[in-house]
Amino acid sequence: MSALASGMLLVPNFLHGLDRSGLPLLGNSNGKRLVVVQLSGGNDGLNTVVPYQNDLYYKARPTLAIPSREVLTLEKGLGLNPAMEKMRLLYDQGYVSVLNSVGYPNPDRSHFRSMDIWHSASASDEYLSTGWLGRYLDSLSGPSANYAAIEVDDTLSLALKGERYTGIAVQDVKRFFQATNDQFLKQAAQLHAEEHSHHQVDYLYKTLIDTQQSAGYLQEKTKVYRSKKEYPNGEFARHLKTIAELIASGVESRVYYASLTGFDTHVRQAGQQANLLRELSEGLYSFVKDLKQQQEFDNTLIMVFSEFGRRVAQNASNGTDHGTANNLFLIGGKLKQAGIYNEGPNLQDLDQGDLRYSIDFRNIYATLLNNWLNGNAAGILGDKTQLLPGLV
Amino acid sequence: MKTLAREQKLQHLYWRAGFGLPFKPDQASPAIKNAVRGLLRQSGHAESLQVALPRTETTLQADAQNAEMRLLRQRERQQGFVLLNNSWLQQMTTSEAQLREKMTLFWHGHFACRLREPRIALLQHNTLRDHALGKFPNLLLAISKDPGMLQFLNNQQNRKQRPNENFARELLELFTLGRGHYTEQDIKEAARAFTGWSYNPQGEFVFRARQHDRGKKTFMGKRGSFGGEEILQIVVENPRTAEFLTEKLYAFFVSDTPHPERIRTLSTYFYNTGYDIPKLLEKIFTAKWFYGPDVVGSKIKSPIELLAGLQRQFDVTYTDGRSPLVLQRALGQELFRPPNVSGWSGGRNWIDSSTLAFRLRIGPSLLQDAALEVNLKPDDDSEPTAPRRRRQDGIRIVRAKANLNGLQQQLQQVKDRELIDKLSQKLLQVPLRPETAALLTQHIPSGAAHADKVTLLTLRLLSLPEYQLC
Repeated sequence: MSALASGMLLVPNFLHGLDRSGLPLLGNSNGKRLVVVQLSGGNDGLNTVVPYQNDLYYKARPTLAIPSREVLTLEKGLGLNPAMEKMRLLYDQGYVSVLNSVGYPNPDRSHFRSMDIWHSASASDEYLSTGWLGRYLDSLSGPSANYAAIEVDDTLSLALKGERYTGIAVQDVKRFFQATNDQFLKQAAQLHAEEHSHHQVDYLYKTLIDTQQSAGYLQEKTKVYRSKKEYPNGEFARHLKTIAELIASGVESRVYYASLTGFDTHVRQAGQQANLLRELSEGLYSFVKDLKQQQEFDNTLIMVFSEFGRRVAQNASNGTDHGTANNLFLIGGKLKQAGIYNEGPNLQDLDQGDLRYSIDFRNIYATLLNNWLNGNAAGILGDKTQLLPGLV
Repeated sequence: MKTLAREQKLQHLYWRAGFGLPFKPDQASPAIKNAVRGLLRQSGHAESLQVALPRTETTLQADAQNAEMRLLRQRERQQGFVLLNNSWLQQMTTSEAQLREKMTLFWHGHFACRLREPRIALLQHNTLRDHALGKFPNLLLAISKDPGMLQFLNNQQNRKQRPNENFARELLELFTLGRGHYTEQDIKEAARAFTGWSYNPQGEFVFRARQHDRGKKTFMGKRGSFGGEEILQIVVENPRTAEFLTEKLYAFFVSDTPHPERIRTLSTYFYNTGYDIPKLLEKIFTAKWFYGPDVVGSKIKSPIELLAGLQRQFDVTYTDGRSPLVLQRALGQELFRPPNVSGWSGGRNWIDSSTLAFRLRIGPSLLQDAALEVNLKPDDDSEPTAPRRRRQDGIRIVRAKANLNGLQQQLQQVKDRELIDKLSQKLLQVPLRPETAALLTQHIPSGAAHADKVTLLTLRLLSLPEYQLC
């Protein structure tokens, strides 16, 4: 291999793909993007989307059930937690789809393992070291920059790690840029921008150079635009605002990832969960408004999920313990079918006190990958998944 | 092929068989054969990990009705894991039995359990430690009867009337044969053989005869009224188990790139010695190819290797007891918290842009007593986030003291013009390119005192990607 050709390998990938005339960087992604919102800790779905016409719900939760008169009613006997007024506003505009009883076979009740399963899209007796979105990056034909998927955090989730490509974790663009802008390391990296005999050294330098370049690119792109929209206080809303700014600045990322934590409500759940759901709804509402104003909402799809729901019956401490199937929200301006996507959870036919799943989450992933991101779900998730009709 | 100097071979051996060679003023350089024997001898005796755990939990069934009580216990468990984590990291750093520490880490990733109770985790740890350098069939039997394993893979629920296949499946897929070398029917039959393998509230193995299926089983072409012991016996009689283990050991100790020929020779030897682990390791560490250019410096240090190595070579002491755990979690490898039963995937999986950037900052920050800040993701299994405090919960600041005395003493007599060469040989397992050496020179004030030069150069070298390799 000539020195020139091998040196080329170390030029950050996105420089090959960057097109000054404004063509999309990731040609086969349709110019659409996905924003994943993770609710960490296992959100209680039954008190989020409340089956307020079901006596069994009230029987199972004598002191924790939300009174029917307080529920923000939707359709099919379901309504939102009263803290989710802003989510209802989005719902009323036809921007929200609620998927009920989402889960997987042989569910795991460990937070970590269940999240691992959601991130890697594995079966519960299968262990993968890559994530579903990382494998999506791998599957893209042509060059893919690591900022093609951005998680707003300090550390990167498994979901965004692929075999060849991984996303990047950026909490704050400026800080990220400063942290990777050490002059000595930049000079050292430049010395390695060409062939080197030791492949592991090459690999580390290539990762370093990619990171430095991505930080530079993001810093350059975002230094002008600041969102003027009002967002609520708090870290979660700030992270959504960061995503909106990246989008509005023309950053060519296809996947964004943000988390809201604290949903592990074993004790005195009501107030805690309400605060979190309010934070979620108000944050998303501002985010949607912001994107709409930037004319970017129609290109954006938001998925909100948690690693598991809670048990149907409340526990002795006005809380709920780890359960199984749960609801999941899709939010977007171009949903094929807004509203309640499928029947609410069946509280009559439980599996030892837990909800049975009726939609495998991997089928939702498959549908988003195929129909929204123009990806190849079978290649990314295996050929057992099925597309859900009328979703996106 | 350029052969390595003896000192560099020794460094290589200590990075792979242990956690790095400490900088002592009068470092002896024995011949490799003797050094390997020395390592094996020093690791001959299994010193248990001793940790005084907070002790109100007396039963395995953490089924306290009262949720407040449960939260208290959770906090106690969390403290327990901090203690376990620190104690082991400390032992890795200071113990002379480096090979036993390293081998225990290997088995911790091989028989990877993520347990709730620190007491059970400690018990399992010491089982792995006891058998780490024995014969594999003994280890396999001991770990199959270990309460933590029985709990983690649901063998407590494996009963005659309602077999639970979880343990049987992982036994064949992850612990012995590997995917593709057994059938689903083999799993079902093995699960029946392990029915009744259980433990009591004191954390002792119990065979519950009434739950055991005494019927005939057909397992891997053999038929009999097998119990668990017979299944384990059949599995280790299969040479495929030796192959599977050798492949994993080769990846752990030698290289992520498999070498079929070497692996075949080693696994035959392993099988013929009755799975004698020390003999296999001696074979690996004394092989000529082990010191070849495709092996030396070819591995990305695991987070534990990186942290234990820094601690060993620079006397790092953390201001806060939680700091080592914070660093481990930020880098993706927390002791006693493997991601799932298949363990840490290792190799390039350790690296993404965030972990690499963080790794490059760790060495220099710890050596300069500079604060390292990182925002951790929650771990709701071991420490549920308190909603009111959750924003602060995530942010951790790590501080530590360290010193370069040992290194300084070793380099006292080294002339300025040889300093970079000598220092980079001691700190890096891959050759430093001349251009990078020249760059380093530019960044060091020429008038600085010898000791300051050593310090400044060390900080720079530790911030290079090369330092991440061993």
